[in-house]
Amino acid sequence: MSKQVGENAVRVDAYDKVTGRAKYTDDLCDRGALVVKVCHSTIAHGFVKAIDTSEAEAVPGVVKVLTCFDVPDIEFPTAGHPWSTDPAHQDVADRKLLNRHVRYYGDDVAVVIAEDEVAAAQALRAIRVEYEELPFVLDAQEAMREGAPQIQERYKNNILAHSDVRRGNYETARQEPGLIKVEGWYDTPTVQHCHIENHGCFAYKEAGRVVVVSSTQIPHIVRRVVAQALGLPWGKVRIIKPYIGGGFGNKQDALYEPLCAWCSTQVGGRLVKLECSREETFVSNRVRHAIRTHIISYVRPDGTLVARKLEAFSNQGAYASHGHGVVAKGMNAFPQLYPCPNVECDSWTVYTNRPAAGAMRGYGIPQAMFAGESHIDDICKAIGMSPLEFRRKNLMPVGYVDGFSKNELYSDSFNQCMDKGMELLDYQRKYQAYQNQTGPVRRGVGLAVFWYNTAVWPISLESSSCRMVLNQDGSLQFQTGETEIGQGCDTAYSQMVADAVGIPLSDVHVVSTQDTDVTPFGTGAYASRQTYIGGFSIAQTAQALRERILNIAHEQTRMPVSNLDLVDGQIVRKSDGRILKSLGDLATESLYSLESSRHITAETTAQIKSNAYSFGCSFAEVEVDIPMCRVKLLRLVNVHDCGRLINPALAEAQVHGGMSMAIGYGLSEELKFDPKTGRVLNDNLLDYKLSTFLDHPALEAAFVENPEPTSPYGTKALGEPPACSPAPAIRNAILNATGVAIDSCPITPHILYRKFREAGLIQE
Amino acid sequence: MEKHQLQYETVRFNLNGRDVERTVDVRASLTDMLRNDFRMTSVKKGCEVGECGACTVLIDGETFNSCIYLAVWAQGKHIRTLEGVLGPDGQLSDVQQAFVEEAAIQCGFCTPGFVLTAEEILETGQEYTDEQLRKLLSGHLCRCTGYENILRAVKKAMYRRLGKEPPQ
Amino acid sequence: MYDIKALYQAKSVADAVALRLAHPEAQIIAGGSDVLVQMREGKRAGAELISIQTLDEIRGVSMDDDGTIRIGSLTSFSHITWDPLIQKYINVLGQAVDQVGGPQIRNIGTIGGNTCNGVTSADSASTLHAWDAIIELTGPDGIRRQPIHDFYIRAGVVDIREGEIQTAILIPKESYENCFGHYIKYAMRSAMDIATLGTSVNVRLSADKKTVERARVAFGVAGPVPLRAVRAEELAAGQPVSLELAERFAQAVKEDINPRDSWRAAKDFRIHIAVESAKRAFIESVKLAGGDL
Repeated sequence: MSKQVGENAVRVDAYDKVTGRAKYTDDLCDRGALVVKVCHSTIAHGFVKAIDTSEAEAVPGVVKVLTCFDVPDIEFPTAGHPWSTDPAHQDVADRKLLNRHVRYYGDDVAVVIAEDEVAAAQALRAIRVEYEELPFVLDAQEAMREGAPQIQERYKNNILAHSDVRRGNYETARQEPGLIKVEGWYDTPTVQHCHIENHGCFAYKEAGRVVVVSSTQIPHIVRRVVAQALGLPWGKVRIIKPYIGGGFGNKQDALYEPLCAWCSTQVGGRLVKLECSREETFVSNRVRHAIRTHIISYVRPDGTLVARKLEAFSNQGAYASHGHGVVAKGMNAFPQLYPCPNVECDSWTVYTNRPAAGAMRGYGIPQAMFAGESHIDDICKAIGMSPLEFRRKNLMPVGYVDGFSKNELYSDSFNQCMDKGMELLDYQRKYQAYQNQTGPVRRGVGLAVFWYNTAVWPISLESSSCRMVLNQDGSLQFQTGETEIGQGCDTAYSQMVADAVGIPLSDVHVVSTQDTDVTPFGTGAYASRQTYIGGFSIAQTAQALRERILNIAHEQTRMPVSNLDLVDGQIVRKSDGRILKSLGDLATESLYSLESSRHITAETTAQIKSNAYSFGCSFAEVEVDIPMCRVKLLRLVNVHDCGRLINPALAEAQVHGGMSMAIGYGLSEELKFDPKTGRVLNDNLLDYKLSTFLDHPALEAAFVENPEPTSPYGTKALGEPPACSPAPAIRNAILNATGVAIDSCPITPHILYRKFREAGLIQE
Repeated sequence: MEKHQLQYETVRFNLNGRDVERTVDVRASLTDMLRNDFRMTSVKKGCEVGECGACTVLIDGETFNSCIYLAVWAQGKHIRTLEGVLGPDGQLSDVQQAFVEEAAIQCGFCTPGFVLTAEEILETGQEYTDEQLRKLLSGHLCRCTGYENILRAVKKAMYRRLGKEPPQ
Repeated sequence: MYDIKALYQAKSVADAVALRLAHPEAQIIAGGSDVLVQMREGKRAGAELISIQTLDEIRGVSMDDDGTIRIGSLTSFSHITWDPLIQKYINVLGQAVDQVGGPQIRNIGTIGGNTCNGVTSADSASTLHAWDAIIELTGPDGIRRQPIHDFYIRAGVVDIREGEIQTAILIPKESYENCFGHYIKYAMRSAMDIATLGTSVNVRLSADKKTVERARVAFGVAGPVPLRAVRAEELAAGQPVSLELAERFAQAVKEDINPRDSWRAAKDFRIHIAVESAKRAFIESVKLAGGDL
C-alpha cells in the first residue's frame, strides 16, 4: 500500500537548511587550511614561454608556487559521464592540471599555495607570465574555416565531432510544387549556471590516500577523474560530497578537484583548499554551449511538413568537457518532436577560445527548443496558421517509438499539457485579441513545447546502487550514489523507501553525504535521472531487505513467510491482520540473538535499460513597451507530464526554478566577450543579468500525470525539462505582440532596439 | 615585497543577544569574523562583493551584506545572524516555519539570508503588497526557487503575524 | 580578508582631516560598498584606508535656518528614502536612491560615497545635478562649498583637496521650493543593477499650472560625468504646458548629451532611451506639479 509517494512530505533537510546548520564544503574545512589560488591566463590563445615566480615566492606567507611546467604530463577528461570501458566511447582527454598551451582567456597556468588568502592574492599579482600569443577565435563557424587558429592539435578545423541524421530524401522531397519554404538562423548565448555556492573543494592526505571534499554532483565520477589526472590507482582517491549550494550541471564535471588534490600532494599532503571566486565560476568552470542553428522547412499550405533540414554549430570553447553529446541531443530531438518523412540534420561541435562548455540544465534542449519552437511560429506566420493548430497537427503522436532509444510515447502528453496551459492562460482568446495592435505598448501571448528524455540509456550506462541498513528500533539508513543537489531527491527517495519497505517515513534516514569509501557506486545527479533511475534500485533493494526481514520474522514467529507482511513498521500476519511484533523488536532480537546474531541489510545494483520521454509546454504573456525597447513578462505557465509526482510540492518548486532560469535565458542572461582580447566582460553578478526577485511574474506550474509504465514509481524526468520551453514561448509572445520575429536570445533591450528600428516601429 | 604590518583590534559587540569580544585582524570582513571566529555557518559566501545577499546579517536592525563590512566596524553594534532567530530549544521562528511549509528551500544556500531579511521586513508590523515584498527581498539572488515559494512563505508568515487571512 | 596595508579609523571629522593630512596616500572609506569591492578586484589592493564609517555627526538629514536641506554625507540611501524632509521636499531624490542596488546595499551605501566616487551611473548623481546641489567639504582651512557640477572633474575624479572630506550635500531652498521631479532608471534588471541611463527631470510651474517656469534635466551615463541638458531646459522655460512641449523638450536633450559606445550599451541606443526617458520624466514631473497633460 502506497502511503508516502504522492504526498507533500516536508524536505528531510529543511530544518538544517532553514537554520543555517546544514554543512556545505567550506563549513567543513578546518580554518588552518592552506589557501590555493589559481593564476589565470590573460590571453585567449598562445603558449606559456616562461613563468617568473621569484617575486611571488618572496611574498610572506607563500608556501609554494607551481606552474604548468611542474604538472604531470597527463591529459585527462573532465566530463561527468560514466566511464566507458570501450576506448572509442571514452570522454576526450584534452587538458592538463595546468596548461602551457593556453586556450581561453582565464585558462589555468599556475597556482599559489599560501598561508592565507591575502598572501595568495598578493603572490598571484606578482607572478610574471611570458606568452607567445596566437590569434584566437570566439565563433564556432569561424573556427571551422580553413586557416582558423588551431586550438586542440588533434582536431582539424577545430571540429571535435560531427554527427547527422538522415530520413527519406530531403533533396527530392523539397522539389514538390507548391511548397512554402521557411528558413531561419537562430542564435543562443553562452550562459552560466550561477549556483549561489561557488564550486570549492579541499584536499588532504590520510593513510597514504588523497581525500577531497568537494562541492560536486558526481563524487564517484570525480574520484575516477582525480585518479586519472594524478596518475593514481583509483582506490587511492576518496571523494566526499556534503550539501551543495546548487549545481545545475556545472558541478557535473570534475572542476578543480584534480588540481586541488595535486596541490595537497605537493605540500606533503597538508590540508589545502581551493575556493572559486564568483569571477572564476563565470570564466574558469563550465558554461552552456552557445549554439547557432539553421533550419529550413518545406511546408504545404495546410501545414504538412514535407522536408526539413537542420544544421547546428555548437560552441565548445577551449576544452571538450561534455562535448558533442549536448548538441547531438538537441539534433536528435528535431526529427522526433515533429516527425517528418524527409529530414537532413547535421551538427558540429567546435572548439573555440571561449571558456569550456559543459553540462547545464537541459543539456542542449533549451538551445534546440529556442531554435525549433521559434521556427515553428515562423512557419505559422508564413502559412497563416495558428501556432496551436500547427502543433496539434504535427507534434509526435501517441504510440510513437524512437528507433534508437526505443522510447515510446505512451500517452497524449502534448495535447493534454497544451490543453491545460491554454486554459490557464486563456491563450486562444488572447492570441486573437492581440493580433494587429497599434500603439507604443502592446501585449502578446506565446506557446512553445519541449522534448526531453530521462537519463542517458542507451547512449551510456545507467545503473544505480542502493544500500539499506536496519537499526535496532526498526528504522533504517539508506544510501545511494545519486546526490542531493537541492532538487530534493533525498526527500523523494525517503518517500519511496518508506513505501517500498513498509515503514513510516519518520523511520527512514537518508545518508545525504556521499563518500566514495562507503557510498554504493552510482554516477550522481544529472540527466534528470534521479527519481527515475534511483527508483529502480530503491524498489529492488527494498524488496531484498523485506525478504530478509520476513525470513527472520518467520524464524522468530514460526509463521510461514507467505503469511507474513511488513506494514507500517509492523510484522503482520496476513490471514487475520494481527500484528505479531514490531520491526524494532524483530531487529533488536536479530542483532542481539545469542544463537544467530545478524544485522539486517540489503544492497543491490539495478541496471536500467529503458528511458522515458518527458514532455510539456510553456505559455507566456508579455507586454512590450516599444519606445523603451522593453519586455515585461506578465505571466508564465509551464505544464509538465513527468509521470506520477512523487512529491507534488517539491515538483512544483523544481518547475519554478527551471522557469526562472529560462526567463533569464530568454530575456537577459549572456556572457559577453571582448572581441579584442577574448576576455569575458561581465564575470560578476552585477553585469551578468541573472533574474532578481523583481524580474519575475508569479510563476505558474501545472501537471498532467500519466504514470510512466517503465518506472517502478510511474515517474520520469522533471529536473531539467522546466528550463527548456519558456524562452521560445516568450519569443513567440513578442512575435504575437509586435509582429517582430527575434532570431536570438537573450531578447534584451539592445536587441529589441535594433529589431524595432529594422521593422520601422521606432524612428530616430 | 614589503611585509604587511600586522594590525589587530579588539572589537566588542552584541551578537545574537550576547555581549562578545574578539581581537581581529583589521583586514577581516564581518563575514570572515562571523564564519571563522564564531563559526556561524548561516553566513554564506556567494560573491564577496554585495551582489548575492547570501552573507546578509542584521546590524542594529538593518540588513547588511557582511562581506563588504569590516569586522572592526562591528564595535558597539547589535548584530543578528540566523543563529539568533532560532528559539532556545531549537524552535523555528514563524518565518522559518513558513519557509519549510511552503517548500521555499532547495539547495539552501540563499535561505539564511532570505529568512533574515524576511524577519527584518515583518518586524515592521506592516502589511505589504506582493510587489513591495518583491522589492524588499530583491537584494538576494536565488537560482533554485524562481523566488516563487519564498514569496509565498514570507506572505504566509506576514499574514499570520498580522492575524489576517491572506487575500485570494 | 582584504589586502589593507593599514586602517586608520577616524573618531571625528576633525580627526579625519588630521588623518588625511598625515596619510595623504590613504583612501577614504565610508560605507565600503565601492572601496572594498575595488580592493578585492586588486585595483586598490595594498592601500591604506581612512575609515569615516563611524562618524555619526555627518549622518542624517536636517534643515538649516535658511531652509537649506542638509544631507550628511554618511547618510545611507535607505535613510534618505525614509526621511520625512526628503519625502516632503525632494521626494524624487528618495525615489532615485531607492533604486540603487538592493535593500542591503541601500543600507550600506552612502550618498557621500556615491558622489565622491565620481561615477556617471550613480543613481543619486543625476538628481543632485538636476537640483543644483551644493557639496560641502571640510578641510584644514574649514568648510568649502562647491556646486555639484564643479565638483565632478572627470570620470572617477572629483574635487576633494588635500586634507578634505566631504561632510554634507546641501539643497538650497530656491532649488527645491515648488519643484516636482521624476527619475527614470533605465537598467537591464529591476533590482541589483547599475543604470544604463539615468534621467532626472524636475519642473516648477506657474501658479495657474499652465506654464513651465523652470525645467531642469540631468542624466547619468550620457557622458563621462553626470550632466545637465541646458538647451532643453532653456527651450522649456516660460512655455505653456503641453505634450508637444514634452516632445520638443525631449528631442532637445540630444544637443547636450554625449553617451559613448561601450559593451554595456551602444551610443545610439542610449540616446534613444535618453529622449524617451526625458519625455516621460517631464510629463510625470508636470503631473506631479499639478499640471494637466
